[in-house]
Formats: sequence, structure tokens, C-alpha cells
Amino acid sequence: MPLTPHLRRLEAEAVFILREAVAEFRRPVMLYSIGKDSSVMLHLALKAFFPAKPPFPLLHVDTTWKFREMIAFRDQTAARVEMDLIVHTNEDGRKRGVSPFTCSSSAYTQAMKTEALRQALNEGGFDAAFGGARRDEEKSRAKERIFSHRTASHGWDPKSQRPELWRIFNTRLGAGETMRIFPLSNWTETDVWDYIAAENIPVVPLYLAKERPIVRRNGAYIMVDDERFPLAPEEVVETRRVRFRTLGCYPLTGAIESEAATLEAIIAEMRHASTSERQGRLIDFDESASMERKKREGYF
Amino acid sequence: MTAPFIADAAILSKAQPNPPRPTLRVLTCGSVDDGKSTLVGRLLYERQLIFDDQLAALRSDSLRHGALGEEIDFALQVDGLEAEREQGITIDVAYRYFSTPARSFIMADAPGHEQYTRNMATAASNAELAILLVDARKGLLTQTRRHATIASLLGVRHIVLAVNKMDLVDYDQAAFERIVGEFESVAASLAFRSVQAIPISARYGDNVVAGSADMPWRDGPSLLAYLENVDVETDGADAPLRLPVQWVNRRSDAFRGFAGAIASGRIQVGDEIVAAASGRKTKIARIVAMGGDLFSAAAPDSVMVTFADEIDASRGDVLCHPTTRPNVADQFAAHLIWMSDDSLLPGRSYLIKINGRSLAASVTDIKHKLDVDTGAKSAAKTLSLNEIGFCNVATAAPVAFDSYDENRTTGAFILIDRFTNATAAAGIIAFPLRRATNIHLQEQSVSKATRARLKHQTPAVLWFTGLSGAGKSTIANLVESKLVERHAHTLMLDGDNVRHGLNKDLGFTEADRVENIRRVGEVAKLMVEAGLIVLCAFISPFRAERRMVRSLVGEQEFIEIFIDTPLDVCKERDPKGLYRRALAGEIKNFTGVDQPYEAPESPELRLSSAEHSAEAIADQIIAYLEANKLLSV
Repeated sequence: MPLTPHLRRLEAEAVFILREAVAEFRRPVMLYSIGKDSSVMLHLALKAFFPAKPPFPLLHVDTTWKFREMIAFRDQTAARVEMDLIVHTNEDGRKRGVSPFTCSSSAYTQAMKTEALRQALNEGGFDAAFGGARRDEEKSRAKERIFSHRTASHGWDPKSQRPELWRIFNTRLGAGETMRIFPLSNWTETDVWDYIAAENIPVVPLYLAKERPIVRRNGAYIMVDDERFPLAPEEVVETRRVRFRTLGCYPLTGAIESEAATLEAIIAEMRHASTSERQGRLIDFDESASMERKKREGYF
Repeated sequence: MTAPFIADAAILSKAQPNPPRPTLRVLTCGSVDDGKSTLVGRLLYERQLIFDDQLAALRSDSLRHGALGEEIDFALQVDGLEAEREQGITIDVAYRYFSTPARSFIMADAPGHEQYTRNMATAASNAELAILLVDARKGLLTQTRRHATIASLLGVRHIVLAVNKMDLVDYDQAAFERIVGEFESVAASLAFRSVQAIPISARYGDNVVAGSADMPWRDGPSLLAYLENVDVETDGADAPLRLPVQWVNRRSDAFRGFAGAIASGRIQVGDEIVAAASGRKTKIARIVAMGGDLFSAAAPDSVMVTFADEIDASRGDVLCHPTTRPNVADQFAAHLIWMSDDSLLPGRSYLIKINGRSLAASVTDIKHKLDVDTGAKSAAKTLSLNEIGFCNVATAAPVAFDSYDENRTTGAFILIDRFTNATAAAGIIAFPLRRATNIHLQEQSVSKATRARLKHQTPAVLWFTGLSGAGKSTIANLVESKLVERHAHTLMLDGDNVRHGLNKDLGFTEADRVENIRRVGEVAKLMVEAGLIVLCAFISPFRAERRMVRSLVGEQEFIEIFIDTPLDVCKERDPKGLYRRALAGEIKNFTGVDQPYEAPESPELRLSSAEHSAEAIADQIIAYLEANKLLSV
């Protein structure tokens, strides 16, 4: 299917951003989080550098609580695209037994995501990292630059962001500083799915409706993905036909009941959705400005 | 000019399939409290583009921070940063995305406060249309005029003058027309192609999406209807070709792909093209794409092309058709919008970034400062934050560019403060300046170029990298002899020799190897400044340090020569007996034995002394220098 002028323009812009970063930075890395946005970003990278391989590795920050299907998909994908995949886990957090069942979601995110990411970037000596975030996801993201500067401790300072004019990106870094780069900044959730359909990009099957083992907890459907899920006495595992709009750690990701078992059905369903996609992300609900706080601390 | 009013738009949902019209990039601007954020929030709400969970968060935020009591304060939907919600103002540009059946929109909401004017310029740089909000009670303010001027300067050619808060002036037609009249006199001196005035109430929704029962005197489209139908030239596919080279893909010796986004115009396989800076001509051989080669492409596509002949083009070169070339000059006149707390100092060295190139530049003269409230021009010695000046800019080398009026991509640049790395200014090119009318800087009187000219040569660093025993020093020696025979002025820096003097305090740990190369790089840079051709023969095992030296001396002057002799061959040769000792454990940190060698990914030359004699390789290097005009034939 040929791309619409709208998607074609978005694609051209993302390819431009990817190439710009590779031309300007010493050692970039692509944050690969396995979800639909990462799938699109990776596909764009393959296009941007063809016939060469993208000249950077993929990095997955593994909290050890991802859906099993995500991990399987990740490994298949790395093999398919023949790129290096770095998998990093905060071993200290793992040893301390930090889990979404025993810690608050903010303490868990801090240890297993934010801190883990910091470790991985420092260990790899990366000066730039691509992320699949979009500005339409969340209101503090709507204010972030495409090339977003980070201090030597990976913090984001929303008040002193560099002005970003035209498509001329100021890529200069001081000692120890790094850049986060968001090629999908101007994409919406709809654009992402339309592009996946148009370009036939593989995605994790968890996005498609299927009968899955579910527990109702705090008003959300949580999938019982493995035996580590501690059931409360009154909780029962039921089988429901569900799918996921976003993917993260399975204990923190709410499913929605759905019959959409194909890409076309997902797109049709999304056009009539009355909630935003981050609604399924339990970590965002702590407080209204929680995403901005996490980002200032170094969350992607 | 007025588009037809669509009274009955189809029922909207959150996302619409493939709207037929091109995406419209809209800037909303105006003075503080004119209600920009409220307008954007209202648009999203009326079109049911705010999700239930976002609306719930908005209701609770409205009670906490809102200015409207029980009513939903839509401004809070767009003011995303904590500081913004607390202070009730918009600090930074926020981007919003929405679609109707007619069109997709990207809306940049720009701050109104004077101290954030630079962010307004940022938002304007990519916009095709600006909605300028005016409070019906207050009329035009300093900020309104300022924003209109900045929008015009940054190439926004279509304006919607949205006279807001009509509910607070009893929907009075005379009040509206007075403001429209005032704006006409402001717009007369600016470069807008269309101005559409619309009386609205963002708070109550009058003329935002539908019409207004309270303004029967008004005959014309609602804001949304106008935005859906307005025609703005977007892609520039019909303008002359400009393809700035962004990245060179050297996947193998055989393949050389030149990647970039087409800024304007179109290309086709077989087109004769020119690299603007060098003037070298070739033809487009292929337009490479993952799904199969393309025959043609147009702005704003990102492409990768190959050439029929091997011509030199690198990042920052602009490809064009032979009959429609951009300017190539090292001086031009430009408007600068100053964005840094540190004022502009003429003569100070800044970094300019233009068409992907970064190089040194300075402002040689401030012609005048522009008073955006009155349009008056006055003399100035400096520019402070948020001030706009018309200046002469000199770059360290000639660059390709167009006037901004002709091309919003190739006519734009930024200046970067070398010490803080902050973006100091946005630049908008007016026209090139000729040498004769230029002021020559003191430091230019004896420059690298002058010293090189005396020696009749182009200074460069020939960086030989490879394993111990690969033949680097032998080959470098031969090359130097051949250069000297041709009266070139050279200097050889050899790994072993440097370690007897300058670097005798260094060992072979990773840290010491890095320092070794850093010092050699600095010395090489000085020698290049002196106009010499510098030959460096160093194992230099790490990519990062080789890249560091490349950036020290400049992309054009660094020739990386990878003597790619296989490890087995080097071990076999072992001219100094070092491999034997390293393998026996007598020498630690030996490259290829217990320390890695990171082979170059894209060296200018990759040559193997296992396949060719040192003499033959030296000849190949000389041939390369001739082919790339580093050595006259």
C-alpha cells in the first residue's frame, strides 16, 4: 500500500532525524522497548541507512517483568534485522528483589527503569540515545525537543531547553552530557498504526485480542503472565478476550476487553476510543505531573 | 481569498483516516492572557479530541490551579509543565496534533511572555500559518506587533487575526473592525500573502468550530472551517533542486551513497547535478531505497543517491541542477534573532550551523537593530536577548546558501556559543556579500589559507592506522618522499619516534593510548595551521580518538588511511619481534593480542600491504590526493 502524503512526510522527517544523529554523534544507541513505537522506529532506521545496517546497536532495559511474548519477539527481531542487541538489567535492583508487587510503582520505576537506563548508557559510553516517544502521548512530552539535551547525570531541565529552529539541531555536548533523540516526536498513535499497516511491520501479538488469563485489580485487567504473580485470597484468574494498547511490565500494564484480532480491527477500534493510550499505564497515575518528574530524574 | 464556510462538517472522532489535504503546521501566538491555550483547548474539546481520562485529569487540575472556578480551564490541557500550571502562563512551545476529515494539523502553541520570545520564533520557524490572538478589549499590544513581525521574518505567509473575548465587548462589530483596521496598517510593512480576521470567543466557542448566534453581522468561515480549507504552499517541489548532503554511506569500497532530505525541487535518475561548493558535475546514477530503487523523488522526501562519477561531496555540500545554483560565499547579510543571555559581540567567534555544516563564523558588522514595535531601524553595537538585528556574517570557509525568501531550509542557520554550547541566535539570510565590500578581520591577514598559499599546497593530515607490523611507517615514509619530490612541505609524526620525546611519559594502557593520540592530534592540528601536509603513522586502535583528531583538524583535512593488513600476516612478519614477546606474555596491552583494534568503519582509503607492495600503495595514496585536489597534478 503506498503511503499517504501525511505518512510520507512523517517518514521523511524521521529518516532525516536518524541520519542527522548518526552524522553528528560519536556513539549512538537505539532504545528498543519492543512496543509498536519501537517497531516503527527500528523499521525507519533500516530504511534510513539501507543498504548498510543501522550503524548503532539496540538497547533493551529489561526490568525482568516484561511479558514473555515481548522477550521472545525482541530476540526474534534482533535476529531478523541482524543488529547487535544489548540487554541490560539493574543487577543491584534484582538482588534487592525490587518488584512491582513489593515496591511502589515510582520506586520500582526509579530502580528498574530510570537507574537501569543510566547504568546502561554509562557502561556503553553512549553519547546519544534514540527513543520512540511521541509528543501526543503526554503533556510534558508535548514540550520536549526532538534533540533533547541531558546533563551529565542524565537529568532533563525543562526550563532551559535549547530553542529548536527549523530542522537545524544543536547537537553540541559538554563533557559527560548526552542527547535523547525522538524521531517519532510528530507522530500520533493513529499515524503509528496506519504506518504499521501500510509498511507491514511485525508487532508483538499482545496488541491483538486473544483469550488470556486475567485478574481484576485496582480497576484494571492485569494479565497473569507467569507464576511470580501473587494472587490475593479473594482474587480469581479468569479468561477474557483482551488486548493491550501499550506494552510495559506486565504487572503494571492494563489490558482492555476487545474483539480486535487483526491490525485493521485495532485501527477501527482506536478511531472510536474514548480514553488515551497511556490510560493503561499504571505508573503515570501517581500525580498529574509525574511524567515530568520522572523525566527530570532521567526516565526516558 | 475567503474560503467557503462549511456549515455541516461530518461527525468527528479522535482520529480520521488519511485526510486528503496536506498537513497544516499552525502557530498560535499573541500576548499574555489573550487566550491562546484556551483556544487550542477549546478546539480539541469541541472536536471531542480530549480523551475521557485526560478530561478527568483536567477537571481535577482546574479545581487546583484553574482560573475559572468550577468551569474547566482548557488552558491547563496545553500548559504541560508544572511551573506553567503553577504560574498560569505558557513558558515553552507545546505541540498538539489533531485531524478532521479534511486535514491533519500540527499546532505549535507559543508563549506570550516577552522573556520567552525566542520560543515563539522557534515555533514560527516550521509554521505555514499563524493564528494571532488579540484581546478584543485591549486591541493590538507590543507583543502582538512583535509576534506579527517575527512570524513574517520567519517566513510565515498566512495569518489568521483571531479577535478573542468578543463576549466581553458584547459582540460589538465596531470593536472588531477597529482592531482589524489597526492590524492592516501593521501588516502593510510585513510580508504576509493572506490575512483573515475572525471574531471569536474561545471561552464560549463562538466562531471556533461552528458560527456564532451572537454575531449575526459576521459573514465568513469559522476558524476551523478556514484552517481546513486554506491553501498554503508546502512542499516546494516546484522550486529549484536543493539537496543538502547529510550523511555519506560508505558501506563498502564499491558503494557510496549520499543521503539527505530534499529541501526543494525534484530529482530523477540521469539528472545532471552539481555539488555547489566544489562545482563538480556528475549524474544521478541511482536513488536507492529499501523497497527497491526509485526513478524520481521530490521535496520533502529523504533520499539516498549514488553518482555516476566519483566526485567528492560530504556533509554540508548542497546538490543542485547546473543552471539553478545556490550562492556560494563566505560572507552574507542576515537577520539575527538573538536568543542568548550573553549579548552578541561583533568579532567574537561563534559556531555556525548551516545545511548540516558546522564551522567558525563571526558577525563583522551590525547594520541596524530592528524595533519591532515601530519598525524603526537604529544603530547598535550589540544585540541582547530577544533583539533582532540586520548583520554581516563571515564564515571560516565558503558555504552554499539561498536567501531565506527563496528557501526556508537553505537560507536558515543558527549560531552556537562555543563555550556554553547554547543556541545563541537564529539567522535568516538576506543576500550574499562580495569580497570587495567586506571588512577583513585582523586574524585573517595571516591565516592558515595564507600560509598554505605561500607553500602552494593544501594542508592535510594523512592518518595511517593499522596493526603493528602492518606497514604504516614504511608506507608513510615512501609517501613523504614522493611528496617532497614534488616540492610539498611535509612533516612526519611517527608512533615510535613521538614516544621517545613528546610522549615519553606515556605507556600502553587504554588511558595512555588515548592521551598519546590526543597530543599527536593537537600537534598535527598546529602543523596543519602552519600549512603543512602532516603524515601520522600510529596504531591508534580506538575509533573515538581517530574521530577526535578528525574533528580537531576538520572533516576536509583529515584523510584516514587504513593499512588493512591481516593480523596473521603482521604476526608472521613481526619486524620488531613484538608479537612473539606479546604472545609469550612479556608485553602487556599489545594491540591484536590482548587489546582490541577497532577497524575504521569508513576510512577514506583502505589498503592492504598483504596484497600490494609498499611502493604500489604509496602510489595509490598519491593518486588519491591528486584526485581529491589535495595535490596538484
